[in-house]
Amino acid sequence: MPDQRLRLGCVTTLDDARSSLPDITSSEASLRRFLHGLPGVDQAGAEARAAGLATRSIKTTAKQYAIDLAISMIDLTTLEGQDTPGKVRALCAKALRPDPSDRAVPQVAAVCVYPDLVATAVEALGGAHRSVKVASVATGFPSGRTSLAVKEADTRDAVAAGADEVDMVIDRGAFLAGRYGAVFDEIVAVKNAAGDAHLKVILETGELATYDNVRRASWLAMLAGGDFIKTSTGKVAPAATLPVTLVMLEAVRDFREATGRQVGVKPAGGIRTSKDAIRYLVLVNETAGDDWLDPDWFRLGASSLLNDLLMQRQKIATGRYAGPDYFTLD
Amino acid sequence: MAERLAVKKTYKLYVGGRFPRSESGRSYEVTDAKGRFLANAARASRKDARDAVVAARKAVPGWSGATAYNRGQVLYRVAEVMEGRHSQFADEVAAGEGLSRSKATAIVDEAIDRWVWYAGWADKIAQVVGSSNPVAGPYFDFSVPEPTGVVAVLAPQQSSLLGLVSVLAPVVVGGNVAVVLASAERPLPAITLSEVLATSDVPGGVVNILTGRLADTAPTLAAHMDVNAIDLAGAAGDAEHARELELAAADNLKRVVRAPVAEPDWTAEPGLDRIAAYLETKTVWHPVGI
Repeated sequence: MPDQRLRLGCVTTLDDARSSLPDITSSEASLRRFLHGLPGVDQAGAEARAAGLATRSIKTTAKQYAIDLAISMIDLTTLEGQDTPGKVRALCAKALRPDPSDRAVPQVAAVCVYPDLVATAVEALGGAHRSVKVASVATGFPSGRTSLAVKEADTRDAVAAGADEVDMVIDRGAFLAGRYGAVFDEIVAVKNAAGDAHLKVILETGELATYDNVRRASWLAMLAGGDFIKTSTGKVAPAATLPVTLVMLEAVRDFREATGRQVGVKPAGGIRTSKDAIRYLVLVNETAGDDWLDPDWFRLGASSLLNDLLMQRQKIATGRYAGPDYFTLD
Repeated sequence: MAERLAVKKTYKLYVGGRFPRSESGRSYEVTDAKGRFLANAARASRKDARDAVVAARKAVPGWSGATAYNRGQVLYRVAEVMEGRHSQFADEVAAGEGLSRSKATAIVDEAIDRWVWYAGWADKIAQVVGSSNPVAGPYFDFSVPEPTGVVAVLAPQQSSLLGLVSVLAPVVVGGNVAVVLASAERPLPAITLSEVLATSDVPGGVVNILTGRLADTAPTLAAHMDVNAIDLAGAAGDAEHARELELAAADNLKRVVRAPVAEPDWTAEPGLDRIAAYLETKTVWHPVGI
């Protein structure tokens, strides 16, 4: 089959980036020149490409593999005002042993909670902490409308409580107003505050309006030192979509070509069925390549998805369709 | 003037209030009792059965949560719409079952009356199968019937309308939702009933009707962990198949209405057994107010 990759990427800018990374980020003007110099995303092309890949049929052993891989990539998430320590403990138990009736089911990648519940999650994971990571949202999640000092303090709190990963939100207001320098500086500051913790930068693509903006925000986050770029908070519709994830995957692929540094991608929100999850895996494989098919480089932010994956897994194992009565409520 | 070309119908399934094609893309020819072509019907696959269960499960809260009186009204409305399709039903029953037009008309009358009869039980069944129990303590003690949930119904193979109504109506009247596998050889009355249901007030997903071979879909429904009960009426006379389905149904402790040795005479007085078979009794202790 001929290589059908739509190289929406950016050869000239890549060369620019390779030769002059420090120059790009040296001033607001050069940052703007670089981000606006990125080639525009072919909207129809990206959507057609994502829709085309979504029709791939994944069956039998490949499906089994994909389901287990998807389970191991999940950031099992609970981000509600009504979260209690009990709920977080239950979530951690589920993260460690997603299907109590089957020890062969892999652990999920991480649990993702609000900063005040990080300590609870770390305690609940006990000796298994680190094999299942604790991620915390921070920086005034989900709107991010607090001062930088508050964001830094929020981040330090989460890390001090034991978070291995910090999911920050960017200042969409500043980004949309074109104040890229402010967004850049903020990510750098939070990255410093996070220390050794992995930084995931939430772009909240549902508020960025265009794929061009998604591409710019992705590059901005990577240039500022983000370890992961994440689509959404899950609090804004639309959350993760395939075309948006495609654009972000192209960005991380091109960024690695330009700089040698690999950045992860995490779609989050609205991924509920095994079919959805497998579509994302196909997209990763066909866009960024199988280097990214690893929990270290690709995550799925989800909660109800896990039950659907487990039900599919049981269907394959037993031949009969599973029912939600036999799995936890969340 | 040239003779008018016949309009051959190709029917689809009825799932979640819509009429989707079978996921398999397959259909089969339906013939009358003498083997003449009547129409094409969709041949449902395992995935269609799965989709029907998903649609049914979605409809459970709304239908089981509706007041009994409201369910009765909605079901009575179905009988009204059936009455409007009376002659179409009679044609299909006559052709499929090889009956005279007058006999088929009598059967359609009976089927509509049966539906009305069941509709009337919606707000009365609780008084008959529920109770207020005498207990030795300062409590009121009630037993109330509640719907069991999603019911798979293997409709009778011979009696394509009266038999169908006699197994479907008692399921839905109690607040359950149904996934029906229509008679394989005689599916047309069931398909017309789906058109009746779609144009009455029954919410989408409460009744889902699949056509095709029993062997394609019945094992899937019998083993499905999200199906709460199964009526094996359609497996009457095939003890071996019925046994396999019962075994598959045991995994999640489904309620099973067993297959009769031979298809019964559906014109007989129905009784309440079929309604009661899909009801779970909940008993509540309530302190007597002081």
